Amino acid sequence: MIAIVDYGAGNLNSVKKAFDYLGAEVVLTDQPETVAAASKIVLPGVGHFSSLRALEATGLRKALIQNASAGKPFLGICLGMQWLFQGSEECRDVAGAALFPGKCQQFPSDVKSPHVGWNSLTVQNRSRLFRGVAQDSFVYYTHSFYAPVVTETAAASEYGLWFAGAVELGNIFGVQFHPEKSGDVGLAILKNFCEV
Amino acid sequence: MDGGRVVKGVRFKNLRDAGDPAECATAHARNGADEIVLLDITATSGNRRTLLDAVRGTARSLFVPFTVGGGIRRLEDAVAVFDAGADKIAINSAAVRDPALIGKIAGRFGSQAVVVAIDARKVAGGFEVFVAGGREPTGRDAIQWAREAAACGAGEILLTSMDRDGTQSGFDCGLVRAVAESVSIPVIASGGAGSARDFIEVFRDGRADAALAASIFHFGIENIAQLKRELHNASVPVRWPC
Repeated sequence: MIAIVDYGAGNLNSVKKAFDYLGAEVVLTDQPETVAAASKIVLPGVGHFSSLRALEATGLRKALIQNASAGKPFLGICLGMQWLFQGSEECRDVAGAALFPGKCQQFPSDVKSPHVGWNSLTVQNRSRLFRGVAQDSFVYYTHSFYAPVVTETAAASEYGLWFAGAVELGNIFGVQFHPEKSGDVGLAILKNFCEV
Repeated sequence: MDGGRVVKGVRFKNLRDAGDPAECATAHARNGADEIVLLDITATSGNRRTLLDAVRGTARSLFVPFTVGGGIRRLEDAVAVFDAGADKIAINSAAVRDPALIGKIAGRFGSQAVVVAIDARKVAGGFEVFVAGGREPTGRDAIQWAREAAACGAGEILLTSMDRDGTQSGFDCGLVRAVAESVSIPVIASGGAGSARDFIEVFRDGRADAALAASIFHFGIENIAQLKRELHNASVPVRWPC
């Protein structure tokens, strides 16, 4: 059972629908106990970094960090990936999980923001999340803040500068793009996560 | 869409049937469409259920971004459309009437989920905004309205040239460029697509961030994969191969 964490940040239908399509058993939940009982965790989310504050009030933050640190496969999508970093300039008083170093920043003013649309990925060969995904595959992004390229970057994209399209450390994965909206490439990435 | 069927007209009139929305959308996505937009062009409260059923049916097997518009007047209407499976909503008339609606929906679902659709027609000295499916002139300038919509929290502008709609005579690059250079959010050009050359022009001369077409894809005049190959060959950044 994959727990998709619902903390009120936008629309989770598309993420659930993609896992349904892949035949994975998923549940939408806002309960720390359900997260603890699940075999895998997905933290989606679109919108403002401040909406992650909701994780703190409900005890979800602690449950997510504990379970991810203990090796339970974890996938953060978009805002859910940004949360894996130390924080974001979008909202300085909400802390990230600090499982990856660095803070999310706004795109430079010489490119249109948000970064909306399809962009290509430069993929690290060793990544498990991108197994079978061709180099330079296109995925769909929509975000105004980006996470820095770090040692654990599994795939990077360029928009004004290079940023982390995906991170991977053990069983902890994060994708800035929307795999549920990235056609067959996105479905292949989600399938890889299901098979971790 | 009109009454649950995909339709396409010329300059918003003389509608022709183009099939079932779910079938059309999956076929276009399979052929390489980067995004699907479903607009209920005669949206009234009477056919709200038709729209939601069509959205649900279309979203089920679609794994590219899906924008839905038509008849969204209140936050609750947007909530219902998102619940049915849309990733973004497009608002037009209601946003002109009440620009605060943009911020209300963006506040709940994020700006990336709010597309403001603008239907504009060339008039002396500029471009005028029309609402109610092109039936009502507003006296408002399209460029100023686009700026205001962006300031209110819109994530994208879907800009349709009513003069070019369905004519396949090329996008209105003047209109597109004027708006694209006035806002810092992406502008999707719509109305007039007839050939690969039109797309190349609207990206180069019109400074469009994206381009939308209906007639040429619905009626099989242009093949999406072939079109994207031509754009790629012309050095327009595009998802290719798709």
